[in-house]
Amino acid sequence: MGFSIPDRSVASWRRLMNTNLLAAGLAVVAIPAMAETPVLTVLTYDSFTSEWGPGPAVEKAFEATCACDLQFVPAGDGAALLARVQLEGAASQADVVLGLDTNLTAAAAATGLFAPHGVTAPTTLPVAFDDPLFLPFDWGWFAFVHDKTKLAQAPTSFDALAASDLKVVIQDPRSSTPGLGLLMWVKAAHGERAAEVWAALADNIVTVTPGWSEAYGLFLEGEADMVLSYTTSPAYHLIAESDDTKAAALFDEGHYLQVEVAGKLAATDQPTLADQFLAFMLTDAFQSVIPQTNWMYPAVTPAAGLPDGFDAFRPAKSLLLSPEEAQAARDAALAEWQAALAK
Amino acid sequence: MGARDMIGARLLALALLALVLGPLAAVAWRGAGLTLGSADWAAVQFTLTQAVLSALVSTVLAIPVARALARRRFPGRSALVTLMGAPFLLPAVVAVLGLLAVFGRGGVVNDTLAALGLPTLSIFGLHGVVLAHVFLNLPLATRMILQGWQAIPAERIRLAHSLGFGPAETFRHLEWPMLREVLPGVALVILTVCLTSFAVVLTLGGGPAATTVELAIYQAVRFDFDLARAAGLAGVQVLISGLAAGVAWVVLQPTAFGAGLDRQTALAAPKDWRRWADGLVLAMATLFLLAPLVAVALRGLPGLADLPPQVLPAAARSVGVALVCAVLSTLAALLVALAVARKAHPLVEAAATLPLATSGLVLGTGLFLLVQPFVPPMTLALPVTVLVNTALTLPFLYRILLPEARAMVTGYGRLADSLGLRGWARLRWLVLPRLARPLGFGAGIAAALSMGDLGVIALFAGDRQATLPLVVSQLAGAYRVEAAAAASLVLVALSFALFWACDAGGRRAAA
Amino acid sequence: MLQLDHLVMGQGDFRLTANWSAEPGARLAIMGPSGAGKSTLLSAIAGFLVPTAGRVLWNNVDLAGLSPGDRPVSILFQDQNLFPHLTVAQNLGLGLRPDLRLSDGDRVRIDQALERTGLAGLGERRPAQLSGGQASRVALARALLRARPILMLDEPFAALGPALRSEMLDLVREVADATRATVLMVTHDPKDAMALGGQTAFVANGVVEAPVETVSLMANPPPALREYLG
Repeated sequence: MGFSIPDRSVASWRRLMNTNLLAAGLAVVAIPAMAETPVLTVLTYDSFTSEWGPGPAVEKAFEATCACDLQFVPAGDGAALLARVQLEGAASQADVVLGLDTNLTAAAAATGLFAPHGVTAPTTLPVAFDDPLFLPFDWGWFAFVHDKTKLAQAPTSFDALAASDLKVVIQDPRSSTPGLGLLMWVKAAHGERAAEVWAALADNIVTVTPGWSEAYGLFLEGEADMVLSYTTSPAYHLIAESDDTKAAALFDEGHYLQVEVAGKLAATDQPTLADQFLAFMLTDAFQSVIPQTNWMYPAVTPAAGLPDGFDAFRPAKSLLLSPEEAQAARDAALAEWQAALAK
Repeated sequence: MGARDMIGARLLALALLALVLGPLAAVAWRGAGLTLGSADWAAVQFTLTQAVLSALVSTVLAIPVARALARRRFPGRSALVTLMGAPFLLPAVVAVLGLLAVFGRGGVVNDTLAALGLPTLSIFGLHGVVLAHVFLNLPLATRMILQGWQAIPAERIRLAHSLGFGPAETFRHLEWPMLREVLPGVALVILTVCLTSFAVVLTLGGGPAATTVELAIYQAVRFDFDLARAAGLAGVQVLISGLAAGVAWVVLQPTAFGAGLDRQTALAAPKDWRRWADGLVLAMATLFLLAPLVAVALRGLPGLADLPPQVLPAAARSVGVALVCAVLSTLAALLVALAVARKAHPLVEAAATLPLATSGLVLGTGLFLLVQPFVPPMTLALPVTVLVNTALTLPFLYRILLPEARAMVTGYGRLADSLGLRGWARLRWLVLPRLARPLGFGAGIAAALSMGDLGVIALFAGDRQATLPLVVSQLAGAYRVEAAAAASLVLVALSFALFWACDAGGRRAAA
Repeated sequence: MLQLDHLVMGQGDFRLTANWSAEPGARLAIMGPSGAGKSTLLSAIAGFLVPTAGRVLWNNVDLAGLSPGDRPVSILFQDQNLFPHLTVAQNLGLGLRPDLRLSDGDRVRIDQALERTGLAGLGERRPAQLSGGQASRVALARALLRARPILMLDEPFAALGPALRSEMLDLVREVADATRATVLMVTHDPKDAMALGGQTAFVANGVVEAPVETVSLMANPPPALREYLG
């Protein structure tokens, strides 16, 4: 059979092809199989995910326990987060959103995109906090930060600040969460008098910046005597730079809180993992990372306590509007603020 | 060339229009309409005021500087011309900090005033916004006007010499016609840039009175998620810049200098008091531009020693993006400029200016809405960055190329046609050599601007694709002011190096 | 044969007609008052201007639709005949190959053309380093290399002095002889027309008249020409 050899060779070619196809097929199957390590996607703000934020340490700690791949997706700053969630809607790849604050949670809840977290672990917040959709992971008091060596006697209230000729720099409530926080602070502390307070403060405000980092930069450059930041800002300088010249001015009327929260998206395809992450969020492994990366108070004080400097400026009184109050007050407060400062 | 080019240019113009208006439409569609609040009109008014003032002051001040550079020869002139590119390329926040070091409360100017017992100045307010915009745009205006001066053929200058023209006649017959052609384009570009300026206006504006349309867009998207209002505001921005482009197009009159033989003949350099005046103008401009740059460098130097390791890969990524953008943007702008130089085409003209007028936030949001149903936006971070930067830098290149492309077509179009120079041969032997100078300058601008851009792509940025500006903002957001300043310095140095390499390359190729 | 078949050229209000033909190797001077349309005629033949009616034919082939570079035409403009950024040799090379991928044979031909036009050794110069007469010679040398059957000149020597001009006219004749080209030369000066030899087509009142022997035309000029000559 003269054809036997070529025939055989064709057959072996086919076999070879088949095994190759099989191998290729296996490879195709194998890639998703490997990727089937479940992925938990957490949408958060830039500075949380940065190398200097809590992101890397949190990722490592959670992945050690969850047999999953934790991916942080940065979405700009805190104010951009909610817009991102609304943009993506139910089609979002994200499972958890981390980094909203309580001035935004009413709007976030109204989207209907969030599911209850079901976590009941206690927190050490200075105020009672109970929200079925949003779980706090850290918090801080807003405060005006100054340099002790240049300003020995800091004002002790908004009225005192307004009466002084000190220059302050603040953030715009229309583009930044601290800016919005200050708006709520004045509202919570002074209610009906808020417009009056703003009018008195107008000549103290050097300028209004788009975000926190621009304002803090201007302050460090000496463009202002004080900057709107957090009571924990001096701790950063103390711990990271061994610089104890920065201080936060304590106001008699109390200090407004920023409570940063996380929530589970209802459309998540990893509901168990998302629940697991939210529960993990209040454990020591997560909470102990917060103080020296996010420079905020952890929602649950870690077993080892707080670093030096975190006890240096503790206001006696904490103010916080409920999410619904904050939502309801915002537009009028913004108009008041604009009218008072535009003069 | 010819017809096929025109089709290419039209397609490109349509693509640009689609890129600008498509996302805007997507935002409007999602927001179910276009709305504007009454407070928004106040924002429109302030936006226009500051943009018009900034454009006027920058353009007017640039004329004497460009003229002094055009008619004087002195050691360091070439370095000064290069320096003219620098401030324009600074990220806004870096520029503001540099300006504050000079004009701020603890700045050099106020320290001097205080030492002399004079009242100090505040940089915050409308005048501060205009000051910053002039700082950022005066150099660009100067360079664009200087190109105009250099495009006056030596033959025409010699004719002027031979007719015994004094400075007044030279101005009237040579310089004024050139300025009439160049200035509207220059003013238009600066006006449009200032319309969407965000961080500068807000930081130096001094309060809510300085509310711009872009800020209102921020508020609408981020806090209110009111996409209808965002789309309405963005539409107003596009409309204003469209109107400005229309006005510039009507005012603009191409000059008919004809071409020369590329002989080097400098403009008459009057030896009387004008010599001192030119010297003074150049000295003041140099000081004004250099002082904040030096301040930026001084702020950044201390942190350079321990730069975070993330800076290097981010810098490499940014340089890559910048180079790709520079090539794409230069090719696209060249295509459009050549087509318009052959035959005026208002639609193409408008399309080539429009990208400047788009709100970065609306563009990003719209692209996000368009892309999201099909692919996870994160996977498109780099392509979207390249696309957006290419579109956003094209208008600058187009404006820079157009006058010289016109001169080339007028002077040598027929000769090239009669010799059958087309396609690659025409590009290689006519277009590239004749336009080397503006091409190099424009490519440098595109590369450097692409390094600095952040706003649009923030929505697409994935964790592992951070570009250098993103790292800078992350550092600044984590209290690491010194590291942020150092990384900014790296960013500025790289931008400037890219710019210098392209610009010097173009000038050498043209020589 | 160059044939202008009921050719009508228009730009705005301006209208110009021509309906005649020229034998191969003809030497035609185109004369007429300023603004009469001498350059318009050349533009139409060269392909820069689309006629409103009629045809331009070369050897019975309609040239419509051919781009300027594809027409059997070399043209010298009043100025800008050379690319200032290229060397003399490169400017000549464009006449052989627009992509300048020159073979050794091409280079030899360029050197020969330079020699023939009195430019030996100047190949590496830039146009800015040449005198006006030399620049005109380079343009003619390129026409020599291109060897197109129609050579058109739009007052390229207007800026040269009388002696140089007559030298250039000699060169034009030499180039035309070498390439056996039909020459169309726009000029203001009857002496140039006489020096070129051959015929003259007079342009006035929107018409390019059919060419007539220059010698007899000058001896017995029609009224319009007489008025022009003054």
